[in-house]
Amino acid sequence: MKPPRFDYHAPSSVDEALALLARYGGEAKVLAGGQSLVPLLNFRLARPAALVDLNRVSGLAYIREAEGQVRLGAMTRQRAIEFSPVVAGRVPLLGEATRLVGHLPIRTRGTIGGSIAHADPSAEYPAVLTALDGEVVARSPRGERLLRAGELFRSYLTTSLAPDEILTEVRLPAAPAGAGWAFEELSRRHGDFAIVGIAALVVRDGPRCAMARLAAAGAGAVPVRLRAAEEILEREGLGDAAIDAAAARAADLVSPDSDVHASAAYRRHLTGVLVRRALHRAAARAGARG
Amino acid sequence: MSVPVTVRLTVNGVPREGRCEPRKLLVDFLREDLGLTGTHVGCEHGICGACTILLDGQAARSCLMLAVQADGAEITTVEGLARDGGLHPLQEAFHEHHGLQCGFCTPGMLMTALDLLRVKPDADEAEIRAGMSAVLCRCTGYHGIIEAVKAAARKLARSATEGRT
Repeated sequence: MKPPRFDYHAPSSVDEALALLARYGGEAKVLAGGQSLVPLLNFRLARPAALVDLNRVSGLAYIREAEGQVRLGAMTRQRAIEFSPVVAGRVPLLGEATRLVGHLPIRTRGTIGGSIAHADPSAEYPAVLTALDGEVVARSPRGERLLRAGELFRSYLTTSLAPDEILTEVRLPAAPAGAGWAFEELSRRHGDFAIVGIAALVVRDGPRCAMARLAAAGAGAVPVRLRAAEEILEREGLGDAAIDAAAARAADLVSPDSDVHASAAYRRHLTGVLVRRALHRAAARAGARG
Repeated sequence: MSVPVTVRLTVNGVPREGRCEPRKLLVDFLREDLGLTGTHVGCEHGICGACTILLDGQAARSCLMLAVQADGAEITTVEGLARDGGLHPLQEAFHEHHGLQCGFCTPGMLMTALDLLRVKPDADEAEIRAGMSAVLCRCTGYHGIIEAVKAAARKLARSATEGRT
């Protein structure tokens, strides 16, 4: 089908975009890369009174390092992230996850801010933000606020962003030196949304695991941080037995739903399997500290 | 506003202009307003890849963009591949290796392969298979398509070393 009628606005600044959102009082949608919103318009599942297109807003596409974080402008294209040396060097988990987002022609347009604000719980970026305990910057007429991943995602396709608020920046902590990482997912076809996806980051300290970060996509209404599984690794290290224990714990921590793609029981099983695979790969990459 | 807007863009090196509603998809604008029917409309939600074009040199789905968003952009469609009456090396390879049957997905396959081989001229078979999975084909079983892209990669690499592109 074709999109329904809407008013179209292409502001050149965030302030102008915010004024437009305020004017439409919750009836406007923000258009970023369009790789999720335009299908919804084409199917007429979304019928906003207006689109506020951020593609002509300057200064929202960048990747830079500051205060131990990598900060990405909301309109940074997934394709730019895929080929960014800063991302490869400082947040390699994000780089690996990016290669699993749709296909290259989708990543040409898709943005990090759009993917996170869309809040599909089976998408890769929300899981990376959750695993790394990253933050987003949200701007509204009331000013700017920082939201952690745990404060942002509320339910399927639902965030705590207000209707007059725009996500402008994503902040991810840079990986410590020697960290190992992996993003593992299972999908029916290459480029599809994951049935379950696992983001993992580990830091070795001799025989110990100094830090573990784990989150699951597709295993609930929001991405799930698997803290109790992380704690097993931080207590017992990165040996096979500890990884098996963490994987078993992870499967207990999620409450997936059944849908046409997979049953809840299968997603739970898959959570354990993929946590084990992700941890083995991340541990193999993690150098000894020092 | 939902009143018609003027869209000016460059398609296959030629400046073009049209007027349409803001809700008009780029693929429909190319086909209906500019008469460039080489780009096909398939699923209209970014899955099948038949509508893939190059937007400022990079492959993108023209069903997931509004025409108004392409104002000022440089678009390459399948009509822009052939030069001086001769097929592009990718088109030749699809011809030689039976990379098409009904032809519906072919414009998307060609534009996707073009971007893939520019990003990764030395792509191996696994990378070509992963890259070409961005477009769905319902008749060939993909084997001929993959062979064609591999052959085109070799051909393009050869012409690059010989200094003619």
